[in-house]
Amino acid sequence: MIQTIKNFIIAWGSIFKGSAKYYLWLAFLAGLMAVGVHAYIGQAEHGLIMTAMRDQVSWGFYISNFTFLVGVAAAAVLLVVPSYVHHDKPIKEIVIFAEMMAITALLMCIMFIMTDLGQPLRVWHILPPPIGLMHWPSSLLAWDVLALNSYLFLNIIVVFYVLYKLSRGEHYKMKSFVGFLIYLSIPVAVSIHTVTAFLYNAGFSRPFWGDAILAPKFIAGALSSGPALMLLVFQVLRKVTDVKIEDKTLFRIATFITYALAIDLFFIGSEVFVSFYPGTAESASIHYLFFGLHGQTNLVPYIWTSVIATVVAFVLILNKGTREKFVTLNTACVLMIVGIYLEKGMGLVIPGFTPDVLGEIYQYTPTATELMVSLGVWAFGAMVYTLLVKFALPVYTGKLRFASSGKEDIHEVKVVRPHVEEVPEEQA
Amino acid sequence: MKDKDEKKIEKRELKINRRTLLKGALAGAATTMLPLNRADASFKDFWESFFQKHFREMTVAEKQQVVQRLEQEYERKYKKAIQIGIEPAMPGVLFGYGLDLSRCIGCRTCVYACVHENNQSRDPQIQWIQVLRFKHGDLMNWEKAEKYYDPKQVPEPGYFYMPVQCQQCENPACTRACPTQATWKEPDGIVVVDYNWCIGCRYCMAACPYGARHFNWGEPGIKPADINPVTHYLGNRPRYRGVVEKCTFCIQRTRKGRYTACVEACPVGARKFGNLLDPKSEVRYAMEHKRTFRLKDDLGTHPKFFYFFDFEAGERFSG
Repeated sequence: MIQTIKNFIIAWGSIFKGSAKYYLWLAFLAGLMAVGVHAYIGQAEHGLIMTAMRDQVSWGFYISNFTFLVGVAAAAVLLVVPSYVHHDKPIKEIVIFAEMMAITALLMCIMFIMTDLGQPLRVWHILPPPIGLMHWPSSLLAWDVLALNSYLFLNIIVVFYVLYKLSRGEHYKMKSFVGFLIYLSIPVAVSIHTVTAFLYNAGFSRPFWGDAILAPKFIAGALSSGPALMLLVFQVLRKVTDVKIEDKTLFRIATFITYALAIDLFFIGSEVFVSFYPGTAESASIHYLFFGLHGQTNLVPYIWTSVIATVVAFVLILNKGTREKFVTLNTACVLMIVGIYLEKGMGLVIPGFTPDVLGEIYQYTPTATELMVSLGVWAFGAMVYTLLVKFALPVYTGKLRFASSGKEDIHEVKVVRPHVEEVPEEQA
Repeated sequence: MKDKDEKKIEKRELKINRRTLLKGALAGAATTMLPLNRADASFKDFWESFFQKHFREMTVAEKQQVVQRLEQEYERKYKKAIQIGIEPAMPGVLFGYGLDLSRCIGCRTCVYACVHENNQSRDPQIQWIQVLRFKHGDLMNWEKAEKYYDPKQVPEPGYFYMPVQCQQCENPACTRACPTQATWKEPDGIVVVDYNWCIGCRYCMAACPYGARHFNWGEPGIKPADINPVTHYLGNRPRYRGVVEKCTFCIQRTRKGRYTACVEACPVGARKFGNLLDPKSEVRYAMEHKRTFRLKDDLGTHPKFFYFFDFEAGERFSG
């Protein structure tokens, strides 16, 4: 046990061994984080009045980012299912990087919630008794805390267990406890985004959120924008590290994305029709979103950017010629991320509050504080992911191996790709 | 020898200084986020404030202890003695409210009476009562409601007015939403907030269909001279930055058998208040004899706030 902990610490040492470029990248992220911390100190000093949120629009940019990132976290499931359930070899080789992205996204979710709280030091009140007074099962927010944390811990356990086994040159079995956790992580991934959608659904006084298709739409959007982000990150990974990811694997993920995006567009269309066509008072929010209301139009550019970006992305990724060419595939991925980020973030949260429950229109545009704090959180996410990858790489590529005997017998072995090639028990 | 000793003493002093400094800095950093008067906050205060229990989890003795500490904190902060009551709900009482729309003239006297009674922040402004103006024929067409009307004189011909505040729902959406149980419905039907338990997530504000909940986006700005020193823990005691607040039917008054400030202030007698369980109360009379309705009744929130039109007593055909 003690030896394992020692080895664990030794393995973490690899995050300090890097090229000048690596350190420059970390310094760059640290700089962005400092901007965020600086802005957050201002917010802690003066209160949330530093944001553009007010009683009429009481959630804004932070919660928008949170909602999008829940999707990114849930999206790991798109790789978990093919790799662990269908034993798709090329995807199984990289699934750990998707799971690390889920961990990162969840940590960012927690940070966005923390920055949004009026009394962050009291956050422990949300824990179950005897520590706090979690309002479970009534409050959907309590459900969200449970779901997100369960998913976070599941992913942490899975990632570190797989790496632990790998570091000793052993294989993990799907018929073990961790195998059970891996299977469990699939419904939990779906649940985090479902519960987050229900969080909005539960606000029955705001018809814009009262859509039964919200949860399915969230999942579809997550399964397109999340893997799109992974596609981009994987390309960076294979460029700057010695992780080998074949084009074929990336194109296979792109195919999955195409299906998810098609379903997402269908859901969005259905929702828009149902909200628009009746023209009742309940259509006010979606009218405000797409065309403005009483001359107030500040969400219009967001949503049309989103619509155009998503549709162009769909055309690019639907066509096999453009899907299997990296310039156009990457363009599609970026457009898709932007489109879904705007639609699921600002395009979902703000119109829910506009017009407010007594008909007032408050035009919300995030302040510099909100933008800088959010930038800081995103930089934090990039930092966490970088360090996680850096930690995992020597183990993943086989450069770092610990003896199974548990004695102080650390030796470096050169194994090129030991990862999933030899996992015989899976075929059984 | 002597020199050495002096040096030793000096060193120790330095150490102590540095340690206390560090402690102070830590406590200071922490208190920027805690509801305390920063300058005078001791570590003990910080500790007790941080680990203060939920109001409903405290025994009466614990409540009294907490109230005593809070009174001292307020006195340090506002240089004024503020008394915090913890009167529980009276048995056999369920508070209800009636508002006569044919009498209301939209003068907002109630709004300001409420602000003064309940120690709402003046800067930034927080008002628990919002008066909406409708054109005749537009009742409850929210898109046409005007909150910021500002004529030279009220009432204006062709318009009528609808004050909206917490509807004290029997089935409140806000308390269900709260993830920490920091807001709940008391036995006498008043929905209250523990300002020392609220984490400021504002999910209750997203849930409330009446816009009745207000958030302290900044440090509440109120001059000590303006503070009403007679308060209740669950009501009008001074609030903190980063917590939600709302109308409590003037819990500090009504639990002692008094009217709410808005009822007393209304110059035209449009506001009625009483015990819904008492057949002889004003509000029961209004329910039984007037054409009452409740706001957004279709949502199933069951407000205990009844609006009505009273042609016999009103006769205000201003338009």
